[in-house]
Amino acid sequence: MSRQGARLDAKRVNSELFTLTYGTLVAQLLKDYENVDEVNKQLERMGYNIGIRLIEDYLARTGSGRCYDFKDTAEKIQAGFRIFLGVSPQITNWGAGGDEFSLVFESNPLTEFVELPDHCLNLKYCNILAGVLRGACEMVQMEVTSWFVQDQLKGDNVTELRVKFIKRLEDAIPAGED
Amino acid sequence: MTVHNFYMFDRYGQLLFYAEWNRLRQSGITREEEAKLMYGMLFSIKSFVSRISPLDSSPGLREGFHCYRTSKYALHYLETPTGLKLVLNTDTAAVNVHELLQQIYSQVYVEYVVKNPLCNLSEPIKSDLFEAQLDLCVKQSHVFTSKPT
Repeated sequence: MSRQGARLDAKRVNSELFTLTYGTLVAQLLKDYENVDEVNKQLERMGYNIGIRLIEDYLARTGSGRCYDFKDTAEKIQAGFRIFLGVSPQITNWGAGGDEFSLVFESNPLTEFVELPDHCLNLKYCNILAGVLRGACEMVQMEVTSWFVQDQLKGDNVTELRVKFIKRLEDAIPAGED
Repeated sequence: MTVHNFYMFDRYGQLLFYAEWNRLRQSGITREEEAKLMYGMLFSIKSFVSRISPLDSSPGLREGFHCYRTSKYALHYLETPTGLKLVLNTDTAAVNVHELLQQIYSQVYVEYVVKNPLCNLSEPIKSDLFEAQLDLCVKQSHVFTSKPT
């Protein structure tokens, strides 16, 4: 209960601790499922569950309103990475329809000290991020999907996360536009 | 100045939490009925406001319905982009209630419900800690403490 004073400023966590904890999680999943595709699916699901809560924290910290358009969304997602992971991915490669973009990471805090063994070549090590984006956007009435097109763990120069807008969600009782 | 009571609804219109401090008159219907009535009214006002608005409503933090006032009390309303709705009834002289609502959202709800993995986000809040912190937050605010003039 003595968390009152310094509770709200972003707590600085040693990123190595986070990296290794995440590594432990992935290793445990690989042990439990013994099937790389299943692990990818589980990571995405965990990310989704994190995302639906994380969005509230993000909104409370930034005080941002609803998104005007998908460009706005991209910038807000970028800001989210800055707040929660301390990295600034670049927004590039907009699709022609303006409903797709890429987030390019020079460095990725999740993958420090990581090398993929040969039997894990299909493992999407950072798939939790795709889940987080999906969960967070769903809470603000947007259905998005995202996937990795480049991955430093697989020998690419950068890690590239592709994000695609699918549709605006309408609630049974629309909280957004009716 | 005083704070009368507080309602919190989720994005589907379910009453997540209710608290009262100085409520002198009960509505004479059950809490569930009252919550339904309240939510329906908020919903109607919201769509009324956006339909009747003579200006383009550009999305922003303070869009749409904000508060209403009667001769006896004022109702203040905050909706987050995730569809959470917070309502606070105060006396008519209260100022900056919106900041208090924002504070309840970011410092009480997010801290003690969202960050508590045992709290299911789609069920009414049963956390004693949340209740205590909400009470503290409201009682410490100037809206609650400043003496009527």
